[in-house]
Amino acid sequence: MFRLRPERLDCSALAQGLGGDPRVGGCVTFAGVVRNHNNGRAVERLEYEAYEVLAVAEGRRIVEEALEKFDVLCVECEHRVGLLEIGETAVWVGAAAAHRRAAFEACQYVIDELKVRVPIWKKEYYTDGGAEWVLCAHCSAAGPHSHPEHVHSA
Amino acid sequence: MKKTVLEIEVRYFAGMRERAGRDSEVVETAAGTPAELYAELRARHGFALEQAHLRVAVNDAFAKWETPLSPGDSVVYIPPVAGG
Repeated sequence: MFRLRPERLDCSALAQGLGGDPRVGGCVTFAGVVRNHNNGRAVERLEYEAYEVLAVAEGRRIVEEALEKFDVLCVECEHRVGLLEIGETAVWVGAAAAHRRAAFEACQYVIDELKVRVPIWKKEYYTDGGAEWVLCAHCSAAGPHSHPEHVHSA
Repeated sequence: MKKTVLEIEVRYFAGMRERAGRDSEVVETAAGTPAELYAELRARHGFALEQAHLRVAVNDAFAKWETPLSPGDSVVYIPPVAGG
C-alpha cells in the first residue's frame, strides 16, 4: 500500500506492521530524511507538494510491481507532504519476506521507482533566505525506465 | 476549415503553479492535443521547461502528448519530479 501523509510518519508503527505474517523471516526498511544541505547549499526546511490523485495511483502501482517482481509478503510505502524540518522523515519504505534478499530488492525497487515516477515535488528553503523547486530534468527527460544511475537526494 | 474550440481545465503544481500564479484555469483553446496546448500555455505564462522535460496527465492518468483532447478534459503538465 502507498499513502501520502500531511502529518509526521510513525516509522516504528510502520515497521511493526510489516512483521505480522508468521512466514516473515526478514524486514528491510528505508527512511529518507530531510538533511541540512543539498548541492553545497545550507537547507533550512523542505516543502513537498503532490499531485495527489496521480501520486497515490502511481505509488500503488509501484508497490504492486514490487509484490509481483520479488518474493515478498508485504510492501508498504508512505510519503510526507507539506512543510518538513531537518531530521524529519520524508519517505518510508518497508518490505517483508521469508528471506532477506527479496526484502532488500523490493525496498530498493520502490524507492528508486518512486523518485522518478511519482508526481511529488520538493521545494528547498535555504538558510540564506532563498527557495527553489528542485528539478532533475535529466531524469524526467530520460523517462522512468532509462534513468541514469545517479543520486540527487536522500 | 475552422478548428473546434474546446474548454479544457488545466491544473498547475510546484514551480509551474508559481509561474502561472494560479492553481488552475479553464482555457478555451483550438489546441487539439496536450502538446499543442502546452505550446499555447508556455507562450502565455512563460514556462521555462521545454515539453521534452515534462510528462502530461489527462483526466488524472498519464497520457501521450498526441492524445486528442475532448471538451471538459482536465490536463496537468508534470515537471521533473523530486519525491523521496
